[in-house]
Amino acid sequence: MEVAHFDRISIGDELPRVERGPLTRTTLALFAGASGDHNPVHIDIDAARAAGLPDVIGHGMLSMAYLAQVLTEWVPQSAIRAYSARFVAPTHVGNALTCTGQVVDKDFSGEQRIVRIQLQVIDQFGEIKIRGEAEVTLPT
Amino acid sequence: MIERSCIGMETPEFPIEIEREMVRQFAAAISETNPVYFDVFAARAAGHPNILAPPTFGFTINNFHPQPFDFAKLGLKVDQVLHAEQKFVYFAPIHVGDTIRVHGRITDVFEKRGGLLGFVCMSTFAKNQHDHAVIEMVTVLVCRKQA
Repeated sequence: MEVAHFDRISIGDELPRVERGPLTRTTLALFAGASGDHNPVHIDIDAARAAGLPDVIGHGMLSMAYLAQVLTEWVPQSAIRAYSARFVAPTHVGNALTCTGQVVDKDFSGEQRIVRIQLQVIDQFGEIKIRGEAEVTLPT
Repeated sequence: MIERSCIGMETPEFPIEIEREMVRQFAAAISETNPVYFDVFAARAAGHPNILAPPTFGFTINNFHPQPFDFAKLGLKVDQVLHAEQKFVYFAPIHVGDTIRVHGRITDVFEKRGGLLGFVCMSTFAKNQHDHAVIEMVTVLVCRKQA
């Protein structure tokens, strides 16, 4: 991993993007088991329909885990101070997800050099699934 | 109607042991390929004492809590609950072999759109076996009311 340095980063810089999916029912079943989130709307079409959905929907935390890889493929995980997501639309089986990040702020004020990243997950139709944000500490 | 009386409700603190296959399976399920999440030698080479848990694994630790919040008690049906927002604040990494104690609290409940949408805000604190804070998690759940 090439080390990202605070001084060499500019507001507006884009992080290398991460492509994941297309989501399959198997992806969702494996994530349900591995994450301990057994909510049936993610794995059981009958339960999803009973809840008023046309089909199962993806776990928000699966997309959030994909989106975190934009950060961890850019800096060591220990550099991440905070990471947040708003789940603005559900993901569906067949969605191919593109995860992107952009530097939106650099903070020189404190002892640490902090870079603020705006993050996003979109599907193949351009629909935004997650709007995220992260704070990353970088060496100078 | 979400019971406002549930504000302040807490989950009992419970120790959860972070096992190797738990982290590996989670990493595989999120399409991770970085060996620090699978291989102890790669993790050590990167300065970790053991396999590292990915950034969102803390939420999964919470899912393994044996006595989670009882949504029925809050007046919510589990299949009507969706994740609206999630935040992680990181203090220290989580590794295989750690014992993590999570402690959750409902911090707010409110309704929007004339009661059509109900929101539950929770805050969860995780500490390791050295009593060091590892993560704070803030979760907002939304519940759609069936017509």
